[in-house]
Amino acid sequence: MNMDQVLQTFIVESRELLQDMEASLLRIESETEQSESINAIFRAAHTIKGSAGLFGLDDIVAFTHVLESVLDKVRNNELEIVSDLVALFLLCGDHMALLIDHVESRADALDVDKLQAGASLLEKLSIYLAAQPVAAPQSAMAAAHEPRVETTGGGLVDNDNWHISLRFGRDVLRNGMDPLSFFRYLGTLGEIIGITTLVDAIPTAEDMDAESCYLGYEINFKSEADKVVIEGVFEFVRDDCVLHILPPHSRMGDFVQMLSDLPEEDLLLGEMLVRCGTLTRHELAQVLAIQAQDSVSHDDTTGEPQKPLGEIAVAQRMVQPEVVEAALEKQKQVKDSKAKQQQLVRVDAEKLDQLINLIGELVIAGAGVNILARRNGQTALLEAVSTLSRMVEEVRDSALSMRMVQIGETFNRFQRVVRDVSKELGKDIVLSISGAETELDKTVVEKIGDPLTHLVRNSMDHGIENAELRTERGKPAQGTVRLNAYHESGSIVIEVSDDGGGLNAERILAKAIEKGVVAPTQSLTEQEIFKLIFEAGFSTADKVSNISGRGVGMDVVRRNIEALRGTIEITSQYTVGTTMRIRLPLTLAIIDGFLVAVGKSSFVIPLDMVVECVEMSDQDRQALQERNYVNLRNEVLPFIRLRNLFEVEGEAPRRENIVVVQYAGQKAGLVVDGLLGEFQTVIKPLGSLFQHLQGIGGSTILGSGEVALILDVPSLVQKVVQAEMVPTV
Amino acid sequence: MKTATACRFDIDGEMTIYTAADTKARLMPLLAQCPVLEIDLSKVSEMDSAGLQLLILAKRECAQRNGDLRLTGHSPAVLEILDLCNMMPYFGDPVVISSQAH
Repeated sequence: MNMDQVLQTFIVESRELLQDMEASLLRIESETEQSESINAIFRAAHTIKGSAGLFGLDDIVAFTHVLESVLDKVRNNELEIVSDLVALFLLCGDHMALLIDHVESRADALDVDKLQAGASLLEKLSIYLAAQPVAAPQSAMAAAHEPRVETTGGGLVDNDNWHISLRFGRDVLRNGMDPLSFFRYLGTLGEIIGITTLVDAIPTAEDMDAESCYLGYEINFKSEADKVVIEGVFEFVRDDCVLHILPPHSRMGDFVQMLSDLPEEDLLLGEMLVRCGTLTRHELAQVLAIQAQDSVSHDDTTGEPQKPLGEIAVAQRMVQPEVVEAALEKQKQVKDSKAKQQQLVRVDAEKLDQLINLIGELVIAGAGVNILARRNGQTALLEAVSTLSRMVEEVRDSALSMRMVQIGETFNRFQRVVRDVSKELGKDIVLSISGAETELDKTVVEKIGDPLTHLVRNSMDHGIENAELRTERGKPAQGTVRLNAYHESGSIVIEVSDDGGGLNAERILAKAIEKGVVAPTQSLTEQEIFKLIFEAGFSTADKVSNISGRGVGMDVVRRNIEALRGTIEITSQYTVGTTMRIRLPLTLAIIDGFLVAVGKSSFVIPLDMVVECVEMSDQDRQALQERNYVNLRNEVLPFIRLRNLFEVEGEAPRRENIVVVQYAGQKAGLVVDGLLGEFQTVIKPLGSLFQHLQGIGGSTILGSGEVALILDVPSLVQKVVQAEMVPTV
Repeated sequence: MKTATACRFDIDGEMTIYTAADTKARLMPLLAQCPVLEIDLSKVSEMDSAGLQLLILAKRECAQRNGDLRLTGHSPAVLEILDLCNMMPYFGDPVVISSQAH
């Protein structure tokens, strides 16, 4: 097994768990029935601790252990969930994420700052543990030993390692299993502190069968793995051996029972336990004393040391019910998480990309076959090809949908942002989420997080007024930030809105003039004025806070969104609220296109944006010289001639068509020579040389092998609409 | 007496479940004859629990006859196994169960 890969899985899973934990923490305060969330939080911390132990990530283990101890108190209703505690847990979650990042970066040592942050968190946590003695936090920092929070007195054995006792069956070797190989594997889960081989079961030389196994082992094993994992090591010999696994700090009684369950003489076995370091000599004496006592009180033949004590121990309830309960709980958790894992398959994103690439090629090849079949004209062939095309289309759609993820997870992360920032600002703000099930491409989701964060923070800081002003304006004291998502003509729209103060167009304009961004004589529409806030270095905030107001964020937001072929628009009403609307393409790889011809060139228009096609009437052609809009069912439709725009050679044919496209609620017409029909298109990015080309979004290869350019409808629509609004002189 | 009458026994190749019966058959007569037996382990290429058991058996048989078993030239394969189950002291010491008792 490749350890790097496994470690990577650990990192990914831990991050997911931390996310779950955070979500539960944010939910918990508003819940009446908290136990489920508490369990979820505990489970997350516990699993991370366990896995981290497997990799010997002592920092994480040490830190998480303390956190887990506090969580355990919460789970046992010894601590009440209050806002402070939730805040502390959230910080702990952050710190764990930091530690995990650190593992990923493979740096040698943590920064002093981070260490101190961790130590101070541990200190805060230990306050909650005050009832129990907790090891000094610095030992956790040193990470050599995890702080021990268990009490060591009473009936517990003072040994924080597992004890494994094994008696192999005679046939183990014959069945092709070597006990020693299990120890080697065990060594990968932790550290074998002490191991003692029991040889007394080997019969005399004459009776001994060289192919039978007579060995037994007592192992003192240090590991963070849980019992199920350790048991799993011996999975293959389970039926063929006697296996006892005692958890760290087991009760004396458990040892008594183990001694009595095993065939060896108790004293000898006791020695073994001492030798491999599981029991101290003093503890052994105690165990034997308990055992002797049992013999006396429950058995008349007190002189018999060989008396099996198993039943007595059970009858006396030596086996603590809590231990059994804990074991059951653990097993259930493992089962639960396994069931969840089976429903999901982790796939390398690269593999998925490769698949989509291949399907892209398949689509192109399919188009080629289609053309040939049509030229050939054989009915049977045409039929076969059309079936094939349909299948290819379905394969394409399902491959693309694999990349689609719901935006809800991204949205939910903002619960935390809103909680933190509203505390920081001292404003009472809630986040309301809708459209969480809206799906979009995974790569887009990953890249939209940062811009959204900026927008949300901005809304909270500048948008939402303070409580006094809100009451003055007759609004509820609690401000609301809303995240919404929905699909609209081949795009996904994400809205960030607030019921705050809104944008003051006058003030923005004044500031812009003051900064020299616009000339005082320029007349701007409200939309254009609002867009000014996306200019670099522009901020209308009176005072710069550490959240926003430096005028850095918004232009970065705009650039990020443009990089995703998206747009952003603002609607705002002063004193009522603001809505930022981000529009992004659903996918970046394959689209359904509408193929049109201009002269000898072919162009592809994304089908989602095509509303209708109309033939250009003679009347319109006549009027064309004077105006650049047509009357479409009594509606003004601005248009653009692709022939002129791209300077295509040749005369326009007698009949021309208008393709009506729509983007962001605005319609425009594109005048083309011919309509060639629907066409599946694989978007190939343009070379960097053509990146700044206006009106072209990419290229594709037709089945005939020719290149067709994909039109960038948003920018074309904008161009047309603008040209219409500002008459050309 | 130890040095004078020492018999030598070479084990070549595997000391595993596949060869265990055969090795035992060759070892038994020697155990009966020689009070002091020296087993050369330098050519052992592979060892498993079956091989380990045989060594333990030989050690015990010798001890029971007041003899001595000496293992020499441990090959890496042997060393790894003896190390893994902490059996070095067992063979290194004539007492059947070495007393580490405090």
